[in-house]
Amino acid sequence: MTSALVTAAVRTPHIDVAGLSPLIALAVGGMLALLVGIFLGRSARNVTPLISLLAIAASIGLSIWQFGEGKSVVADALAIDDLTLTLNFVLCATGIAAILLSWRSRAASVAGHPEYYALMMLSLLGMLVLVGSQNLVTLFIGFELLSIPLYVLCAAEFRKEGSLESGLKYLIVGSVGSATLLYGLALIYGATGSTDFAGIDRALAGGINGDVLLLSGIGLTLVGLAFKASVAPFHQWTPDVYEGAPTPVTAFMAVATKVAAFGVLLRLFDTALVNAQLDWAPIVAALAAITIVVGNVGALSQVSLKRMLAYSGVAQAGYLLCGLVVGTQLGVKATVFYLAVYCAMNVAAFAVVIARERASEYGDELPAFAGLGRSNPLMAWPMTIALLGLAGIPATAGFIGKFYLIDALVDGGYAWLGIVLVVGSMISLGYYLRVIAAMWMGERSGDVTPVRTAAPAPAGGSAGTPPVMAGGSQEADAELARSSKLEPEVVGVAWIATAVVLFFGIIPSPLFELAGKAGSVFTGIF
Amino acid sequence: MTLSILIWLPLVVAVFGAILGAKVAPKLAVLGSLAALGIAISFVVRFESGQDTLQFVTNESWISELGISYKLGVDGLNVVLLLLTTFLFALATIFANLREWDRPGLFYFHLGLAQTAVLGAFCAQDLILFVAFFDLMLIPFYFLTGIWGCGDREQRVRGTQKLVIYTLVGSLLMLVAAVATGVLASQQHDTDLTFALSALQELPLSEGSQQWIFLCFAAAFLVKMPAFPLHGWLPDGYKAMPLPALAVFSGVLSKVAAYGFLRIVLPVFPDASVHFQELLLLIALASILYGSAMAFSAQNVRLVVAYSSVAQMGFITLGIFALNEDGAQGALLQMVNHGLVTVPLFFIVALLASRAGGSEELKDMGGIAFRAPVLATLFLIVSLATLAMPGSANFAGEFLILLGVFDAKPAFAFFAALGVALAAVYMLRAFIRSMHNRVNPSADSREITFRDLGVLVPSVVVIVALALYPQFGLSKSEATTKAAVAQVQAKTGQLTAETSSQASEEHTP
Repeated sequence: MTSALVTAAVRTPHIDVAGLSPLIALAVGGMLALLVGIFLGRSARNVTPLISLLAIAASIGLSIWQFGEGKSVVADALAIDDLTLTLNFVLCATGIAAILLSWRSRAASVAGHPEYYALMMLSLLGMLVLVGSQNLVTLFIGFELLSIPLYVLCAAEFRKEGSLESGLKYLIVGSVGSATLLYGLALIYGATGSTDFAGIDRALAGGINGDVLLLSGIGLTLVGLAFKASVAPFHQWTPDVYEGAPTPVTAFMAVATKVAAFGVLLRLFDTALVNAQLDWAPIVAALAAITIVVGNVGALSQVSLKRMLAYSGVAQAGYLLCGLVVGTQLGVKATVFYLAVYCAMNVAAFAVVIARERASEYGDELPAFAGLGRSNPLMAWPMTIALLGLAGIPATAGFIGKFYLIDALVDGGYAWLGIVLVVGSMISLGYYLRVIAAMWMGERSGDVTPVRTAAPAPAGGSAGTPPVMAGGSQEADAELARSSKLEPEVVGVAWIATAVVLFFGIIPSPLFELAGKAGSVFTGIF
Repeated sequence: MTLSILIWLPLVVAVFGAILGAKVAPKLAVLGSLAALGIAISFVVRFESGQDTLQFVTNESWISELGISYKLGVDGLNVVLLLLTTFLFALATIFANLREWDRPGLFYFHLGLAQTAVLGAFCAQDLILFVAFFDLMLIPFYFLTGIWGCGDREQRVRGTQKLVIYTLVGSLLMLVAAVATGVLASQQHDTDLTFALSALQELPLSEGSQQWIFLCFAAAFLVKMPAFPLHGWLPDGYKAMPLPALAVFSGVLSKVAAYGFLRIVLPVFPDASVHFQELLLLIALASILYGSAMAFSAQNVRLVVAYSSVAQMGFITLGIFALNEDGAQGALLQMVNHGLVTVPLFFIVALLASRAGGSEELKDMGGIAFRAPVLATLFLIVSLATLAMPGSANFAGEFLILLGVFDAKPAFAFFAALGVALAAVYMLRAFIRSMHNRVNPSADSREITFRDLGVLVPSVVVIVALALYPQFGLSKSEATTKAAVAQVQAKTGQLTAETSSQASEEHTP
């Protein structure tokens, strides 16, 4: 009787709960944060971040447990392999940093603590799904799950004009990106008759023979993902959105979104479309070169640190593309390595920006950092090392990361792109050093005094930043009064990230090993 | 005692100094630099001359995935340079101690970091390790110039910007070139990826790849020296740098570049070195003549010394690209000589400026010797050494260089010899206008103090000692320089043999 029932039942895919457990931890964490928050009232402020942190820690723990298993779950729609799990470590590290940085932020209290953290967890879940996706449908689900919470988070500080504008802008541009992506995915499906990455690969085994349908599909997919990864010329939203969004959200978005987008780019292009490599590689190489130049040149004239880091993020996306271009395992490893390093460097930089933003009347603008080396070396050092790392100076992990990318490029026959990469690094020093010079060689300028009586208007043309509106809520006001002293969690995040940057700059082998494992999941390439 | 201790000691001391604070940092830095000097002396004593192999080798795998090793070693090329570096840094640190610096912990931290980077670059026997240390050298000098530099904020910013941009253009191109060297060598010879210099010498690249890689390396080294067309950062950069930092920058960092040619470029890219020999000789010649002319016309004592460095570095480049043993030996000797005269010269600039109301312009000086005969005497000794007075070690160095060039390209040697004469002109001009001439009313001359003598006398003693016994360095380096130029000489020998055989073939029928 039972056996008859089983055979008669619709063939359901076997669900490997153990393999899915890192995802489940994040999903449960998000929902718990939301539910618990409803019943807690004011103490949600501390409890919900704690729940989220625990859930992320659980996800990391489960990832370590599953590491090396190399599973393909849910009817091969999702790969829980070393690449996914390695990138999950990076994502979770970013998540922890973002939650710690959000803890005393105005954004979380304005938006409501439970909702804020729940959204962050769900977005994280979406990113994890995206990097693991092995199927066009999973890819799109992950993509949307990543994006929609971020639209809301960008507008979390909804009493601030800039935040709302940022959220709306991101929603519109993001939707265009999503639509483009979806159209591209549909065309790929149309051309190959499969939504499965392995199926697409099989369909393309005999080369693509100038199949227009497929080529336009690949093109549109690339454009859709390029929007998310802020690759030029699809990057225009980045500075505006980054600037307007609450800074902890910006930090989260700048790092985690990029990790997710590159994770899926690697998997899509190096497994499903690997046979079409000769067709897409020149285009990706051109995009990489354009992105490096546009990002670095755009950053030169920025006064707001968040905008500068946004443009620098665009440039970094260009560097990351270099690892994709070559279509080799070495390239994948270099990209994964650089993603991890990029995460640490940006988290350190954003932590300092957040600390300054809370303490200085200039917000995130350059004058807020003037004289920081004298007044507050505890914050100046992480920023200095993070920026030197982003520029690729030896003794930081950024140097090793760039080195690895150049190595992959030369090895793959793209030495010219390596030159573009270092030329970009040279330009980038122009703006990184401006901040460092301001911190160590500039004169200190006024911090917000605890009693906020008619603070003088910020000097210089700060047209881009809207004035900070006083008092979103009582809680927020109290927070601002406290803000002139250092917050241990922000200092902690900044220093841990800095330590990571220095550690892997001097002893990179552990990270190499991890990246090596992540890179060797693609057996179809060399 | 391994080389690692020597390299990292200054940094460790500097970190402790930065943590312990303003009171302890200066003293600790002096102790650290003297300890490093002591260790370096121990290496020189234990060094066995007459071998062309590496000694005191440390070889650990650093990044095994990329074939990068943490390989250090000493041979005839760098043993004396290590001594020079630690000696000059010790002098500069003591020199810095005579002044008050804002935030001293940070100041000595950067000085220590600089020393570690320079020593690392000299000891590195792995291409990537060398590049990493070479690039790292820039960072402390950026901070030293930007925070404690001379002049107002705008001048410092301009100085640091030019310094950083020029240097990095070279350095980063060198990074790509270095990666390409390893990767292409492993591809062209189908071996595992390695960046160890000894291995790369065995895996010569094809001539086409050698050429662009050579140009990238040459750009990096010529900027650092600086050599004539790439010296644009020099006036602003040198003017902005604080004098103790400038002394080691000019005394040691420029040597790292020259050393790079001997250590890396000649042995690893022999074909390209022969191919571009005349270009490099031309650059060297232009540097000599241009540097001399500018030093002759500069109104600022510091710039006189700065441009004289350009000329001197031109001589060193000339010797290296004679591509023979005499030239290389002379270049190496001249590196040591120039380092030894530069630090006291910049120190004297500081002393002169303090007597001329803080101005470094020649017009504000004059007649200082009148009340400061000891200072004048020491300045004269250093000047005579700089202008390569016969009997000084500099004379021996320049003589060897010219001898080497004369062997290789006589025409270049002829024009380069003019540079020797010009050196006398600009050094004596600076000496006379500052020390003699009419007593300048704005100058307030006084005798050199005992504390200042503590810095100046050791360097002058070493200059005199080396003048009496120039063999000290030469005998140690002889075997290694021979090996360093052997590759290139084989190529030049080959070329002449081929042409002569072609010629003879043409004649036989």
